[in-house]
Amino acid sequence: MSRSRNLLLGSALTFSVLAGPAVAEKLGLGREALPEEIEAWDVAVLPDGTGLPEGSGDVATGEEVFAEKCAACHGEFAEGLDSWPVLAGGEGSLTDPRPVKTVGSYWPYLSTVFDYVHRSMPFGAAQTVTADETYAITAFLLYSNGLVEDDFVLSKDNFTEIKMPNAEGFYPDDRPETEYVKFRTEPCMADCVPGTPEITKRAVDLNVTPEDPDGRPAGSLPDLRVPAAVQPVAAEAEAVEAPAEPATEPTAAEAPVAEPAAADPALVAAGEKVFKKCAACHKLGEGAKNGTGPVLNGIVGHAAGAVDGFKYSKPLADMAAGGLVWDDAALQAFLENPKGFMKGTKMSFAGLKKPEDRAAVIAYLSTFGK
Amino acid sequence: MSDDRMTDEPVTGPSRRGFLRSSALAGAGLVAGATTAKAAGPDPLITEVQDWASAFGDPVDAAPYGMPIRFEGHVTRRNVEWLTESPVSSINFTPIHALEGTITPQGCAFERHHSGAIELSKQDYRLMINGLVEKPLVFSFEDLLRFPRHVTVAFCECAANGGMEWGGAQLEGCQYTQGMIHNMEYTGIPLRYLLEEAGVKPEGKWVYAEGADASSNGRSIPLEKAMDDVLVAFFANGEALRKEHGYPVRLVVPGWEGNMWIKWLRRLGIYDQAVESREETSKYTDMMPDGRARKWTWVMDAKSVITSPSPQVPIRHGQGPLVITGLAWSGNGRITRVDVSLDGGRNWQEARISGDAKAKALTRFHLDINWDGQEMFLQSRAIDDTGYVQPTKAALRDIRGLNNVYHNNGIQTWWIKADGEVENVEIA
Repeated sequence: MSRSRNLLLGSALTFSVLAGPAVAEKLGLGREALPEEIEAWDVAVLPDGTGLPEGSGDVATGEEVFAEKCAACHGEFAEGLDSWPVLAGGEGSLTDPRPVKTVGSYWPYLSTVFDYVHRSMPFGAAQTVTADETYAITAFLLYSNGLVEDDFVLSKDNFTEIKMPNAEGFYPDDRPETEYVKFRTEPCMADCVPGTPEITKRAVDLNVTPEDPDGRPAGSLPDLRVPAAVQPVAAEAEAVEAPAEPATEPTAAEAPVAEPAAADPALVAAGEKVFKKCAACHKLGEGAKNGTGPVLNGIVGHAAGAVDGFKYSKPLADMAAGGLVWDDAALQAFLENPKGFMKGTKMSFAGLKKPEDRAAVIAYLSTFGK
Repeated sequence: MSDDRMTDEPVTGPSRRGFLRSSALAGAGLVAGATTAKAAGPDPLITEVQDWASAFGDPVDAAPYGMPIRFEGHVTRRNVEWLTESPVSSINFTPIHALEGTITPQGCAFERHHSGAIELSKQDYRLMINGLVEKPLVFSFEDLLRFPRHVTVAFCECAANGGMEWGGAQLEGCQYTQGMIHNMEYTGIPLRYLLEEAGVKPEGKWVYAEGADASSNGRSIPLEKAMDDVLVAFFANGEALRKEHGYPVRLVVPGWEGNMWIKWLRRLGIYDQAVESREETSKYTDMMPDGRARKWTWVMDAKSVITSPSPQVPIRHGQGPLVITGLAWSGNGRITRVDVSLDGGRNWQEARISGDAKAKALTRFHLDINWDGQEMFLQSRAIDDTGYVQPTKAALRDIRGLNNVYHNNGIQTWWIKADGEVENVEIA
């Protein structure tokens, strides 16, 4: 396309925009998407089965795959651990004070299960379940919700025959008819409610708001009558270091390296906080089981690749065979840049860029023995 | 503050009325003219030469990209850790109690991630349009820079903003109760231009937008909205989007719930039906008392909140002139009026709308009163240009029951105690 034509199109478009009506002239920008590219990115599966890939999976296989890839958060029976989503049960609970919204009790379409598991799960390792595995997991979830028998096989062919129990449980937004008509009225300005206000609920009774060290709600504005230098606000410490960061990024060599063995309680506490980034995949403590990642009890100072029952990636197994030990230096390097330290690791974590975060999390890990 | 100053300003009509009315409420009224406090002695900050008045300050380039001065270090996004299991699938809150005006600085605008904020460069960025189109297309970031651009100010509010307050007063501070919102000036391409470039087929009725991150968060948008005011944005508040808000490209869906504002936008699929993704079935659907649920509840209805005073901004200066300020917004249009009550909704007065009220954008309001030092129950209610009046929580619960967590746009009550401390309460 010649420059002059571009310019003409550009001005035509500008003119039409100003004039109001939509323009349909094409600018000729972009390029045609190739079929391989569309296949790679368009993985959406719709309620009528549009987008389902070839494949199938049975309940038994689904149970195995689920135990390996999903149960660390969702539980062996899809019952949900801690506050991770519950996927099974909850039938008849939708009018309860605490409804249990599961695949079986709430989700209107089976396609949503397939679509979501295939594109977004497992948490922290998305797009690693195959189409067959996704059919199997979906079959297992139907089974765990009592919707199919244990010999059920789900495939592209029978997928749309499955009707979910709550398929009719949704209706499009009706606020215009049910709410707007009520609320689009001239409001009262004077003597609108009789009597004096009576407090029925106080947030302080629940006491669940994060607090500053002085006990006030976190982020409270400082008292301007108290000199700035003696403000007892923890955030000030953050503020002092925050502006410095862009200007003087500490290099790895200068970075303070903490002593993990010392197990400084403050450092361990900081590490517990940092570990939350890891906790979706790695479990710690008594009774911890392998999840998306291996159990990390006793990991500091130990040989790599040695946790029972965990299927390591090839690069990790190779480095372990080469004698890799998770000492402080190795953990520092791995945690700073997992993929840089170990090309091909299946730990899909961007890394801990701050040296103090790495030191803290290593100190925290060192408190968990085998 | 003097009466002269109040009457000099052309925009203070309502506020002057408010001032007088609240003086009446105060009973004793205010003393005519300014009542200036007396100093016990000369102020050394004035009489002594301070370091900053004698020595050098920072040179230029001390901070090539500046952060707020350390005295503002408390003005940050904040997280309520117990709300979620993992910080990479979580939310934090804009410090709206500490901000003024209407534009939210990017650095403290709330974040919501489903699999963490990813780093995606402009060079590695691709946007695909496929499905029911004449010609499926792939755009590079450079391609996007060659489309005509528009500028739009819009609020982005999580559908769950205020959700924790549905069952009763829970969190102490408007950062936590109403802080899942931000308001920015976006520059980007009307989505319509991109769809026209690909040519939507007549049977194409829905645009499914999805992100490039591991959650691949995706939402179905009806074609009418997509062709109306949706923007494919790459600048916010005059600079590139921040990583946590979808750098380099996010969708801006004015007036509609934040979950639809897909970050790290990578694909627009055109379909004849809604995809019914996880985020539009199992989440972001609103339970009603009969056990059924509303779906496709995209619009964020009119709402307001008083940002100061509030639990994180107690009144420390005692009685006398007090600035009450807050934010109002509506996903259905423009805010035309905000009323404030000092007595828990018994009586209302009109606040002053400060600056231009733009449709589907945050609007700032102020009410200047003379506080008598007595207990108050502060409330605000927004009214938009459709005539919709922000309802009470009780009015919403009457219709929606107790399990309807999303879209809580009910009136917030702050209990101002005589000592100036503020609590989040519900009242009858």
